[in-house]
Amino acid sequence: MRNQRWVEVTVGAFMLLGFAALLFLAFKVSGLAQSSEQDGFEVEACFGDIGGLKPRSRVTLAGVTVGRVAAIDLDFQWFEACVTLQLDKNLANKLTTDTAAAIQTAGLLGDNYISLTPGIDETYLAAGDSLKDTQSALILEQLVNQFISNSSKD
Amino acid sequence: MLDWLARLGRQGLLLTTALGRSSIFLFQSLAGFPKSSEALTLWLRQVYSVGVLSLIIILVSGLFIGMVLALQGYTILVDFGAEQALGQMVALSLTRELAPVVAALLFAGRAGSALTAEIGLMKATEQLSSLEMIGVDPLRRIIAPRLLAGFVALPVLTIIFTFVGVWGGWLVGVDWLGVDEGAFWSNMQSSVSFREDVLNGVIKSLVFAFVVTWIAVFQGYDLVPTSEGISRATTRTVVYSSLAVLGLDFVLTALMFSNL
Repeated sequence: MRNQRWVEVTVGAFMLLGFAALLFLAFKVSGLAQSSEQDGFEVEACFGDIGGLKPRSRVTLAGVTVGRVAAIDLDFQWFEACVTLQLDKNLANKLTTDTAAAIQTAGLLGDNYISLTPGIDETYLAAGDSLKDTQSALILEQLVNQFISNSSKD
Repeated sequence: MLDWLARLGRQGLLLTTALGRSSIFLFQSLAGFPKSSEALTLWLRQVYSVGVLSLIIILVSGLFIGMVLALQGYTILVDFGAEQALGQMVALSLTRELAPVVAALLFAGRAGSALTAEIGLMKATEQLSSLEMIGVDPLRRIIAPRLLAGFVALPVLTIIFTFVGVWGGWLVGVDWLGVDEGAFWSNMQSSVSFREDVLNGVIKSLVFAFVVTWIAVFQGYDLVPTSEGISRATTRTVVYSSLAVLGLDFVLTALMFSNL
């Protein structure tokens, strides 16, 4: 057995390591508090239905990931879901104001993500702007229901 | 026929007396533990030998179990285009089941057997009797610090195991197989709840710590003081505590997660 000092120091470090691991489990694994990265700029987009979109979902442009969903809030005036997008800071003042945002699904059963399509305006998006041209998520069950009710009329 | 019945009865009586002895033993050693700085020193020394010295095996196996989970999960999930649920799968299986159980099994093999052998050898060389002779209660001086150290060390080891396992899963899933990092963490965070999953895992490991340490220390204290007796008791420690951990795990899972 080593001397007492060594024992005390290593047991202290052991306890500290356990505590740090518990903090990691609390904040990173179970997401008790969301920490947001500060590099980038935020724009807002409101959708009629966001389907299964979650905070930290991807935002893509031409299939390349260019940002994350920072927050999702309900707009109490129009009862729409207003999504705050955090975009790569290299895109600031490069996207036009008529950029379209659509909620897509990766594969048939995969995760929802937002895909951006650039527009043709002369003015450019800055931090805090909101996207007007939005397209809600396609809900598979609703499509199937529509298809069934349409085909039963025939 | 009557012989068979008598043998069964004898077994039952032996089992009941062993249970009773071990409960009295547990109660006496825990009730008499003094709260002085000397007792703290004894306890620290035991936390070092059962906790800190088990750290390497816990770190390595946690890392590899996390990595294997991610690799196996990926090959199955990718068929359904659902590989983004990898983080959720790795984190849930680690926090709920694998970390408490595997850490307890490793702890029984690494620290439990060492406890049994150490106390058994003390008994065989009559160190326990000589302690009693000079008026020191071996239950307080030898047994209680080891019990309390085990109760604390295994839950801490389990938390570290989970942490390393999730990190290993991230390493394989995100770094190597190219699962999207945001989806990995966001799916994990939206499905793992701190109270339901993380805390229940810690409660499981508290129960396992209690059972494994109790079995290990009692087997050491209660063995036949010969070299053969020590080897038998060490084997029994590992076998009994593994069986107890696996059986209790089913009961605890049924209690905790059956309605989720």
